[in-house]
Amino acid sequence: MKYFILLILVVLLLIPIQAQDAIDILKKVDANMSSDTRITKSNMLIYGQRNSRTVTSIGYSESNKKSFSEYLAPKREKGTKMLKLDDYLWVYSPSTDRIIQLSGHMLKQSLMGSDLSYKDMMENRKLTDMYNAEIVGNDTIENRRVFVIQLTAKIEDVSYFSRKLWIDQERFIPLKQELYAKSGQLLKRIILSDIKLIDGRWYPTKMNYKDMLKNGKGTDFVIIDIKFNIDIPAHIFSKAILKK
Amino acid sequence: MIKFIFKAILRDKNRSLLPIIVVAIGVFLTVSLSGYLNGALGDMIDLTAKFQTGHVKVMSKAYAENIDQMPNDLALLNIEKLHKELRDEFPDYTWVNRIKFGGIIDVPNKNGMPKGQGPALGMAIELFSKSSGESKRLNLVNSLVEGRLPEESGEVLIGFEFADKLGVKLGEELTFMGSTMNGSMAFAVFKISGMIRFGVSAMNKSTIIIDFTDAQQILDMADGTGEILGFYEDEVFIKKQAQAMQELFNAKHLNNLDKYAPIMKTLGEQNSMGTYLNLIDSVSFLFIFIFVLIMSIVLWNTGLIGGLRRYQEFGIRLALGEEKSHIYKTMIYEAVLIGIIGSVIGTILGIIVTLLMQKYGIDISGMIKDATMIMPTIIKSKFTPELLYIGFVPGLVAMVIGNMLSGIGIYKRETASLFKELEV
Repeated sequence: MKYFILLILVVLLLIPIQAQDAIDILKKVDANMSSDTRITKSNMLIYGQRNSRTVTSIGYSESNKKSFSEYLAPKREKGTKMLKLDDYLWVYSPSTDRIIQLSGHMLKQSLMGSDLSYKDMMENRKLTDMYNAEIVGNDTIENRRVFVIQLTAKIEDVSYFSRKLWIDQERFIPLKQELYAKSGQLLKRIILSDIKLIDGRWYPTKMNYKDMLKNGKGTDFVIIDIKFNIDIPAHIFSKAILKK
Repeated sequence: MIKFIFKAILRDKNRSLLPIIVVAIGVFLTVSLSGYLNGALGDMIDLTAKFQTGHVKVMSKAYAENIDQMPNDLALLNIEKLHKELRDEFPDYTWVNRIKFGGIIDVPNKNGMPKGQGPALGMAIELFSKSSGESKRLNLVNSLVEGRLPEESGEVLIGFEFADKLGVKLGEELTFMGSTMNGSMAFAVFKISGMIRFGVSAMNKSTIIIDFTDAQQILDMADGTGEILGFYEDEVFIKKQAQAMQELFNAKHLNNLDKYAPIMKTLGEQNSMGTYLNLIDSVSFLFIFIFVLIMSIVLWNTGLIGGLRRYQEFGIRLALGEEKSHIYKTMIYEAVLIGIIGSVIGTILGIIVTLLMQKYGIDISGMIKDATMIMPTIIKSKFTPELLYIGFVPGLVAMVIGNMLSGIGIYKRETASLFKELEV
């Protein structure tokens, strides 16, 4: 009986230790993936049913509240701008010289026909702010040892109720993510690759987003250039920039 | 003898009036309700054909598999060539292009904030083409609440409830945001040329109509279309003919394994219409069968009562030496004549009501206010040649059977005990 009680106590002690490890891992991931500000130039390769196309954009973000992006190519997309402030998104179309405001569930719509939603594109919150974490195992991806961590939402306002992350044990970068709805339905899978050391942090420069509810190869999000924690002028996050 | 019996019926109204009235009412109900049922069910087929399925529809195979999603990325291309093929091989049909698309309609206020915004279901039809007949087919002119049909590029028709919800008026502009065939963002500004009341409640709240060429330009669908609908001449759906045409067309493209190769589907194969068509046939038959059965029971009862009431009369006739078989025959002839008279009256009344209901119908829009399925808001009857004789089944047959059964009692009468029965 004594040994049984001792065993239970040891197990109970181990749980918070494991949770603590998971949180520590997640904090290291956030340290790599999140920043106060960033400027990103990227290509989005959208694999359509009939053909593929590449959309080039430049994006500015500040915390998780403000985000601005302008599309540079191809010709059809050139000049389209998007500004996100809090939960509102404004989209400017140069061909019609009109601004449309989107909010709520419309932010979950596909961006430019890709497998990313508007929300996916502009999400910049720290995982530790949104999720509780638990290590559920270890694995190997592309010859790299990874932690397998299960995340469950601890706040209401999340796009995905739970996530499963395969985190590089050495570089603390997710190499694979699975994003789930509250029902347990797998919604998206993200494969992260081409990990580079940028400004003292490891960062994936290629991400393949795959909407698991659709057929197809998904969308490749490739970072051409990224800068972290630099001053972004305030006017970038004002509505006046949309028609400039 | 028939002339004699006919005169007797006309003279003895006490005996004949009630059965004739009962038969006439029963036949009237049978005819008018059959007409209404045919009309209601037929209207739904007609409406579905005009708005959604055509009598036949040509799409790419991939589009057909995902049709509920309006997958314009899987649309037909090189349609000019396909149209030529369809016109040459099936000249009895009118072939029209349609594109269905979804998106957001936005109406800004003077500060650029949304005054009104909502999801929209778009229909692109050949409005500017006179030979397509689309305006007439969809009854657009008569459905206009305000304004006119689009006459130039950049004009739009909008459901009147949708316009109300967005807070827009005739002549104002709205912005459409959607996706092109290739997934790019599609933006367009339209001017409202007219507001329309569709025959379908759900469409009034969310539908816009633009010209097909506008949609091709906005959605990057040059020489492309989502669907090609075929309508037989006189807009009448003939199932066997459509099926034969479909077999011919699909056999021609059978060896084309490309997922964008065209495929033809009949009305019955779309939107579960096949099940619906079979259901209509079954429901019509069942309804008429049950109704006829009920009316037959009622009229059989009438016949029985009629026969039983004349117990004394038959007794006297038997006592006077008339043969039982002769009495029985006269009974049947009377029943036939009463049945015919009642059926004719009931049929005439039933057809009058059917024709009136065919013109005016019953407005059920209040009952289906929040409906999201395609249903006509005014249900009308439909006159068919079957209505001319269907009433005779309960009116004549049941009446005669009732009298035949009650007349069996005649053969059980014994001449020897007649005077006792007559209480002479």
